[in-house]
Amino acid sequence: MADLPGLTDVPGLPGPTGFTDPTGFTRTEQRGRLREGLRAYRLIAAMWIRSTMAYRVSFLMTTVGNFAASGLDFAAILLMFSRVDALGGYSLPEVAFLYGLTTVSFGLADLAIGSMDRLGRRVRDGTLDMLLVRPAPVLAQVAADRFALRRLGRVTQGLLVTGYALSRLDLHWTLPKLLLMPVMLLSGGGIFCAVFVAGAAFQFAAQDASEVQNAFTYGGTTLLQYPPTVFAKELVRGVTYVLPLAFVNWLPAAYVLGRPYPLGLPAWTAFASPLVAAACCALAGLAWRAGLRSYRSTGS
Amino acid sequence: MGAGRLYAAVAAGGFRRYATYRAATLAGVFTNTVFGLILVYTYLALWDVRPHLGGYDRTQAVTFVWLGQAFLSTLAIGGGGVEDELMERIRTGDIAVDLYRPADLQLWWLSADLGRAVFQLVGRGVVPFVFGALFFPAALPSDPVTWLAFAGTLPLAMLVSFGIRFLVALSAFWLLDGTGVVQMAWLAGYFCSGMLLPLNVFPGALGETVRALPWSSMLQAPADVLLGHADPLATYAFQGAWAVALLAAGRLVQSLATRRVVVQGG
Repeated sequence: MADLPGLTDVPGLPGPTGFTDPTGFTRTEQRGRLREGLRAYRLIAAMWIRSTMAYRVSFLMTTVGNFAASGLDFAAILLMFSRVDALGGYSLPEVAFLYGLTTVSFGLADLAIGSMDRLGRRVRDGTLDMLLVRPAPVLAQVAADRFALRRLGRVTQGLLVTGYALSRLDLHWTLPKLLLMPVMLLSGGGIFCAVFVAGAAFQFAAQDASEVQNAFTYGGTTLLQYPPTVFAKELVRGVTYVLPLAFVNWLPAAYVLGRPYPLGLPAWTAFASPLVAAACCALAGLAWRAGLRSYRSTGS
Repeated sequence: MGAGRLYAAVAAGGFRRYATYRAATLAGVFTNTVFGLILVYTYLALWDVRPHLGGYDRTQAVTFVWLGQAFLSTLAIGGGGVEDELMERIRTGDIAVDLYRPADLQLWWLSADLGRAVFQLVGRGVVPFVFGALFFPAALPSDPVTWLAFAGTLPLAMLVSFGIRFLVALSAFWLLDGTGVVQMAWLAGYFCSGMLLPLNVFPGALGETVRALPWSSMLQAPADVLLGHADPLATYAFQGAWAVALLAAGRLVQSLATRRVVVQGG
C-alpha cells in the first residue's frame, strides 16, 4: 500500500474498522486531502453549473426570485423606516450597512455550501452511501451537491444594499476600516459556513429535523440585520459568546461606524472575526467528523 | 352522504400524514419560536419609537408576531402546503389518475389541505403562540366571545389560503414547471398577509391596497378580530367573499385545465 498513496489518502472511504482516523494522517497527507477535497468540490460545482445553464431562462428566473426573496427582509426595514427615523438608535443607512454585510456574508456561505441542509434527506433515502464509496471527501461532495448559482441573487442584493449604505453614510475612511471590509465579509461567510456544516452534522442524529438549522442560518442573518441595541442583553450575549454570530457584522461594524460595542466589549474584538471564523470552522469540522463516524447506513 | 364521508376521510388522512413526522414538527416548532423571538424584539424597537403605530400598542404588536408564527405553516404562507404535490402530479401526468377517481379534484385537495392545516395549527402553531404569551407581554382577550369570533376566522382563512394555492398549482397545467409561480406566490403571500409587518403599519395607499387583497384575510383579519380591532361579522364577510371568489376561479380554471388534459392525453 505504501506505493499507492492515492488509495490510502482517500478520505471518507470506510476501512475495515470503520472510517479512517483523521488524526492518523501526516501533515503532507492532510494537505493532499484538502487539495483533493477542493478539487472534488470544484468539479462537482462545475457540473451543477453546466446542468443549470442548460435551462438559461429558468436560471435567470430563479436568480431573480432569489434576489427578490432576499430583498423581502429589506422591504420590511424600509417599511419600518417609512414610519420612524431610527430603530434602536440606528439610522436607516446604518441599519442598511448591517443588513448588507450580513446578507453578503450569509449569501456567500449559502452559495458555497447552502445545499448541505439536504443531508438529512440523503441519510433517509440512503443515497448518502453512494457518496461514501466515491473516492472523494464526503464533506466536499455534500457541500457541492446541487450547487446553486442562482444564490448569487442574494449576494447581489446584499452588495447593492451595502453600496446604498456606503453612499449615504458619512464615514471617515482609514486604512484599517478599508481593510476590515473584505475581511469582515469573508470571516462572516466562514462563520455561516461553520453553522451550515454543524447543522448538517446534526442531521446525522436527527434526520427529519433539518428545519432546526434554519433557526440559526436564516434566523441568524435576520437577527444580524438589526442593530444589537434592539435585542435583549441575554440574546446578544448568546450570539456573542455561545454562537458567535456577533462577529459576522455587529462587532466589526461597530468599529467602522464608530458606534459603541455591544456588551461593552473592547475595541480589538472588531478585528477578531477571522480568528473566530477559523475556530468555528474547526469546531464544525470536528462535529462533522463525529456525525459522519456515527452514521450507520439503513442498508436498503 | 357518501361523498361527505369520502372527503372527511381524505381530510383525516391529510392530518395523520403530517402528524407522522414528529421530529420535523418539533424542529418546526423550535424554528418558529426562534424567529418569533427575533421579530418580537424588532417590533418592540419599532413600537418604542412610535408607541401607537397602526393603532396597536406594544402588547398587541407582540401578540401579532406570535400569531404570525402560529399561522405561517398552518396557512402555508411561506409555501409547503399540498400544492407542491399537486403540481408534481400535474407535471408527471399522475393527475390523470386523480381525474379518473369518482371524486371532485378541487374538493379532494381542499380536504387534504384542511387536514394538513388543522394539524399544523395544533402541532406547530400552538406552542410558539403559548411560548410568546408566557414570556412576553401579550394582549389576549379575556372574554370567550372574542376568542370564539377569532376561531370563526380560522376556517375562512384556511379556505382563502387554499384558494390561492390551488390556482397557483393549476398553473402547472400550462407551465409544467411551476417553480417561478410558487416563488412569486409566497413572496406575495409574505408581503401582503402581514407576515412581514402588520398591514396597518404600511403607509398610505400601499396600506389600503394590501388590506383589500385576499392575503390580508389570512393573518391581518384574524389578528384584528383577536385584538379587538375589527368587527367579526364584517371580517367574515370580507374573508368569505374572497374565499368564494377564489374557489370559483379555481373551479373555472380547473374545468379549462382538465379539458386540456384530455387533449394532451392520447
